[in-house]
Amino acid sequence: MKPLLETRNLVMRFGGVTAVNEVDFLLEEGELRCLIGPNGAGKSTFFKCLTGQYIPTAGEILFRGKPITGLNSHDIARLGVGIKTQVPNVFNGLSVQENIWVSARRGRTPRMTARIVEEAMARVGIADLAARAVGELAHGQRQLVELAIVLAAEPALILLDEPAAGMTHEETERLAAIIREINRTQALIVVEHDMQFVRMIARKVTVFHQGAVLVEDDVEAVMRDARVRDVYLGKRVAA
Amino acid sequence: MVPRFLLGTLATTAAGIAITILIPMVADAFEVMQYTLYVVLGIYTLSLAYIWGLGGILCFGQGAFFGLGGYTFAIAAINMNETTVPFLMAIFIAATVAAALGYFMFYGRLSDVYLGVVTLVFTLIIWKLINSTAGPEYMIGTARLGGFNGIPSVPPLNVPGDPSRMFDPVEVFYIAAFFLIATYLLLKFIQATRFGRLSVAVKENEVRASLLGYDVRMIKLLVFTIGGAIAGLGGALYAAYQSFIDPNAFSLEMSAKVLIWVMAGGVGTFVGPLLACFGLQALSIWISTVPWANSLLVLGGILCFVVLLLPKGLLPGLADLSTWLMARARRRTPPEVILPAPEGKRA
Ligand SMILES: Nc1ncnc2c1ncn2[C@@H]1O[C@H](COP(=O)(O)OP(=O)(O)OP(=O)(O)O)[C@@H](O)[C@H]1O
Ligand SMILES: [Mg+2]
Repeated sequence: MKPLLETRNLVMRFGGVTAVNEVDFLLEEGELRCLIGPNGAGKSTFFKCLTGQYIPTAGEILFRGKPITGLNSHDIARLGVGIKTQVPNVFNGLSVQENIWVSARRGRTPRMTARIVEEAMARVGIADLAARAVGELAHGQRQLVELAIVLAAEPALILLDEPAAGMTHEETERLAAIIREINRTQALIVVEHDMQFVRMIARKVTVFHQGAVLVEDDVEAVMRDARVRDVYLGKRVAA
Repeated sequence: MVPRFLLGTLATTAAGIAITILIPMVADAFEVMQYTLYVVLGIYTLSLAYIWGLGGILCFGQGAFFGLGGYTFAIAAINMNETTVPFLMAIFIAATVAAALGYFMFYGRLSDVYLGVVTLVFTLIIWKLINSTAGPEYMIGTARLGGFNGIPSVPPLNVPGDPSRMFDPVEVFYIAAFFLIATYLLLKFIQATRFGRLSVAVKENEVRASLLGYDVRMIKLLVFTIGGAIAGLGGALYAAYQSFIDPNAFSLEMSAKVLIWVMAGGVGTFVGPLLACFGLQALSIWISTVPWANSLLVLGGILCFVVLLLPKGLLPGLADLSTWLMARARRRTPPEVILPAPEGKRA
């Protein structure tokens, strides 16, 4: 079977900075992958390449075997890639319900849309916020709203960039449960710094360091890996 | 039950119709003609209130489409001795030019600042061009462009299909008012459609909209084109009611004052900009009779006042003020109860 997502030799440079460096990445259908790495490792840039927000300097991105390198964001989204960005991208002036409506409405009848909006709010547990303006919510709540927005589009692949940031402990636990539940039907890549959170959800973990893949293994092995500890503690990695 | 937003729209429409009927009853024909100017400028105002308020497109050269509508109508009407087709042509040409300029701006991914500059330069280039066509050699068919003198003797509107039956000034006022109210209702309708709601989403956050699979460029292009068509409609009525059009439609002032009206009235609303347009236009006409005052200076002053004191504009600002006053009135009694009891009486 073809992998859901594949990158070959993916490179993204900004002037002299190489944010993503020759990354070969494979994600199977239905997989849940955690992507970790210290600040500036290139995780968000990798996501932006996958979603067409940046055009990669070199390399190839394949979604279900189809090359999507350099396509417009909206074309990639239509193929079934959804993303929750690191800095929440929501419609601040609109209500929670309207936000999710915009996502759910594409390609659907009004009736289906209404159902999906209700479902997405219930799934994430924000039904009581439906009428609130998103701009006035707390950061953690906005993260949940953005997650519901992404879910309502029903993408085959969901990218989450630090979804637990700004969340309370209870919210984080609920998020972990939601992610596991989403994974029953969809594949995910989750960027997260919080190792405890990673342990709650992950099987396989990919570690980025200075734009390149440092280690890729299952979660316990990665936690034990000396190189991973070193990059997180800011030590130099022996080549 | 009628939803609340519909109630507001119906009330506004009813008020508009009532005023339309009332004005010719209390004013003579000459005064009615002056009121027609307000109505025409109102349509022009709605064109910017729409693209800015619902599409987030800040256009510094909306006068270009108003002027193109006016010139198209004037030139075509002089050539055809009839006004129905020229009227439609005016809307069509303004929309087409807006679509072409919009395509270049949105598909070229121009940032908002450059978009403002490009639209402004665009209208000023047309202004320059038209100004330089004073010589008799500049003709389109039988119409002389006239340069800075403008085009006089534009045929007045006639009954569709019967060029010999022309509308009188009061009838032209009714026609203009009809188009103003129709435009308002059209925009309210668009606002409620899927497309209208999506354009607001694009205005709120382009990145999010495109990450959800929406082609932001296309949505903005459509909004901009509709705005151009409405401005063209206003321009056609402008040339028709006064039987005249000149290059000032393309001037900086024409594009700047509509920005001020929309900003003062409140970006995101329709009635606010309309009220600001009527009020501030009346003010500048009055100021022009005062020898020592300059209407542009006063408009600038009002703009500063609005930006500093009512940053959301007149209508949203007044709404905020009233909720604040109401909250204050409600809070008035309880604080006295909460006040600590005098020291001596404490247990
Ligand atoms: N638009 C840009 N222009 C220039 N440099 C950039 C740009 N975007 C990212 N970078 C650089 O690329 C590198 C990787 O940044 P990126 O945001 O992808 O890291 P990250 O792994 O997501 O970090 P964090 O954990 O802090 O979110 C950084 O050195 C950053 O400064
Ligand atoms: Mg990041």
